[in-house]
Amino acid sequence: MPTQNNSQAPRITAAALHFMRDDNKKFSPLAVITGIILVVGTILTILRFTQGLGAVTNLTNTHPWGMWIGFDLMCGVALAAGGYTTSAACYLFGMKKYHSAVRPAILTAFLGYATVVVSLLYDVGRPDRLILAYPFVVQQGTTSLLFEVGLCVLLYLTVLFLEFTPIPLEWLGLRRARNIAVKLTLALTILGVVLSTLHQSSLGALFLIAPSKLHPLWYSPYIAVFFFVSSIAAGLSMVIFEGSLAHKAFHHRMGTTYLEEHPPLVLGYAKAASLVLFGYFMVKIVGITAGDNWHYLATPYGVWFLVEILGFVALPCFLFAMGSRNKDIGLIKFTAALTITGIVLNRLNISIIAFNWHLPLDERYIPSWMEIALSIYMVTCLILVFRFIATRMPVFDEHPDFKEHHE
Amino acid sequence: MSISRRKFLGWMGTAGLATSLLGKSASAASTKEFTGHPNSYGVLHDITRCVGCRSCEEGCNTVNELPKPAKAYSDKSVLNKKRRFSTTEFTVVNKMVQKGSPIFWKTQCNHCLEPACASVCFVNAFEKLPSGAVVYDASVCVGCRYCMMACPFEVPTYEYDDPYTPEIVKCTLCAPRIEKGLLPGCVESCPTESLIFGKRDDLLKIARARIEKYPDRYVDHIYGEHEMGGTSWLYLSGVPFKDLGLREDLGNTPAPKLTSGALHVVPMVVSLWPVFLAGMYGMAKRRDKIAAEEKLQAVKTAVELAENKAAETLSQAMEKASKEKENILKRVARIKEKAAKTEEGS
Amino acid sequence: MIHTLQDFMLHTESNTYILMGVYLICMVGFWMFLTHKDEEQD
Repeated sequence: MPTQNNSQAPRITAAALHFMRDDNKKFSPLAVITGIILVVGTILTILRFTQGLGAVTNLTNTHPWGMWIGFDLMCGVALAAGGYTTSAACYLFGMKKYHSAVRPAILTAFLGYATVVVSLLYDVGRPDRLILAYPFVVQQGTTSLLFEVGLCVLLYLTVLFLEFTPIPLEWLGLRRARNIAVKLTLALTILGVVLSTLHQSSLGALFLIAPSKLHPLWYSPYIAVFFFVSSIAAGLSMVIFEGSLAHKAFHHRMGTTYLEEHPPLVLGYAKAASLVLFGYFMVKIVGITAGDNWHYLATPYGVWFLVEILGFVALPCFLFAMGSRNKDIGLIKFTAALTITGIVLNRLNISIIAFNWHLPLDERYIPSWMEIALSIYMVTCLILVFRFIATRMPVFDEHPDFKEHHE
Repeated sequence: MSISRRKFLGWMGTAGLATSLLGKSASAASTKEFTGHPNSYGVLHDITRCVGCRSCEEGCNTVNELPKPAKAYSDKSVLNKKRRFSTTEFTVVNKMVQKGSPIFWKTQCNHCLEPACASVCFVNAFEKLPSGAVVYDASVCVGCRYCMMACPFEVPTYEYDDPYTPEIVKCTLCAPRIEKGLLPGCVESCPTESLIFGKRDDLLKIARARIEKYPDRYVDHIYGEHEMGGTSWLYLSGVPFKDLGLREDLGNTPAPKLTSGALHVVPMVVSLWPVFLAGMYGMAKRRDKIAAEEKLQAVKTAVELAENKAAETLSQAMEKASKEKENILKRVARIKEKAAKTEEGS
Repeated sequence: MIHTLQDFMLHTESNTYILMGVYLICMVGFWMFLTHKDEEQD
């Protein structure tokens, strides 16, 4: 089994990047693209760590956070929310029918957070000190929300790792260690939800310090709530979206339980996401009302804001509802992609597009191609590792030796 | 031993006295209003007195041992372009022409009373010293640049081009010189007393007196008195500050207050979220148990029902069978009778 | 003596973080104490 993976490398990449069918004819150009991304990414990595941030990024003294924070960190964390939403639904709220979705979601979350941490190593000026956990070991800046985010991400990465361990342990056949890991499920799930609630919301709260820099339509005392609620919608949508991609790439690895439980899960998640987006839309409106920022809606930024909340919150809310009412899986998958786009848009708006809106255009930040290329490199690496694990280990199917051990 | 004991008793006494005598002010103090380090220093920059000589820039450059700029400080042509501080310039002078006459002003770190950079630094690398200076400790800095995001005055700069040991760079108010009783480099080299160093409280008095004395010369605003909770640098100007790029829309909320609400929610989530989630888990488990019991009961009832039905069917069948048996017997008897009659007849 | 809100919050938040850590550990112990006998009965 371990020998069959290299030929599939481009396939999952293709599925992820281009929504292509499992089509072997398209195989080689995509392998080339993957190869180019990896080579370019590696060269840029060397450039970043030998020449400094200035050599690869367009960051300035007024725009100290760019693509790697706005996309890699903000979006990466939000889109990895499928881990805590799914494990909470299954283990805490009694939705046992979602059990088969937990493993792919946990794996995605674990790899997502790992990617976020790697991206941060690129972004900070002193990655050596981040590795040595200076904020926690050397001197604690406890008044910083970034301290809280960092601590939560560090702990949550550990939690996700422990939640993920049964997968390789089953693969390796280490029964005793695996059973210990499974016993921790309840505590880990609760801790995971607590940590996720905290850092998902605190990522938004990072911007509370800069009311004079972030556009009033996006700046709100409720911004932490916005980030938390939208992360739930992002997590649910990612599970749906990823499931449909995985169906194309890993169908042969999918166990009967997964295949049976998947369609009702998609319907259930669509219903949940619709409801969450309904509430999210409301709190966004409350945000405008609380700041009395209605007059900004008539400005270009206001139109852009309306595009975000009407096109990427209200519309997916309605489409998810239609999809779950009519049991239209195709519509639901499309809406999941729409919602994810909306969350990415929201995070980029807050961290880049509507940030420093008071500055003249020529002083604004536009990411360099190298920053974008390294972000793509990160995503590509994540997909490759996911494929490596999912083709070998019991992720979408159950290990025959451990079938009845489900809690 | 005895001293520390006496000290301890002293504290206890003070505390007791404070609570008994100052009940009201104690409760007022519990809202925690902080007014900053007493007798801290600051600088008053009277923009109307600035002649744009750039001596302050040169003084800063010299005392901080910064690399010399390409153009000499006597070259005033650099003033024609808007500048901002960088990793090699802690302070810059800018120029604006209004109604035909030039206005010069100097900018640098304002040394907030409640610095946003200190509030957001996750390694606590920034410190507001009792002297008034906000200083940065590069030996712990991870380079996350959150301080730059947070600073409402866009002060901290970063050594983006240093690949291995980049640091945040900003004005230090010449904190080491203040310790030695010297003036900050810029203040020392200012020939027009446009910069005055002193206790912040005294500087505020001077500034107010000037505004009162020359109401036509100054706008009625001391920039830095309240902005972002107040800054150690104070400015007087003859034109609205926003025309000079000194933002007047920052508000007066001290930076730590902006995030304190979010920070205070954290322990609430940590305390109550596990309670809620464990409760949800418990309820889900209980629901499953009840469902299982009900299922068992339902099966039992179904079995009973089936059994009853079977018994009924059986008894009905038995009855039917016995009736049929009777009928058959009757018929047999009739046949027998008939046969006997025929026999008799024949 | 604390003169700035920043120093005050640094002090209180540091204590809060320690408290939260202790609480989470206690929570596990308390949960086990609370539900220990349930497992036996089942």
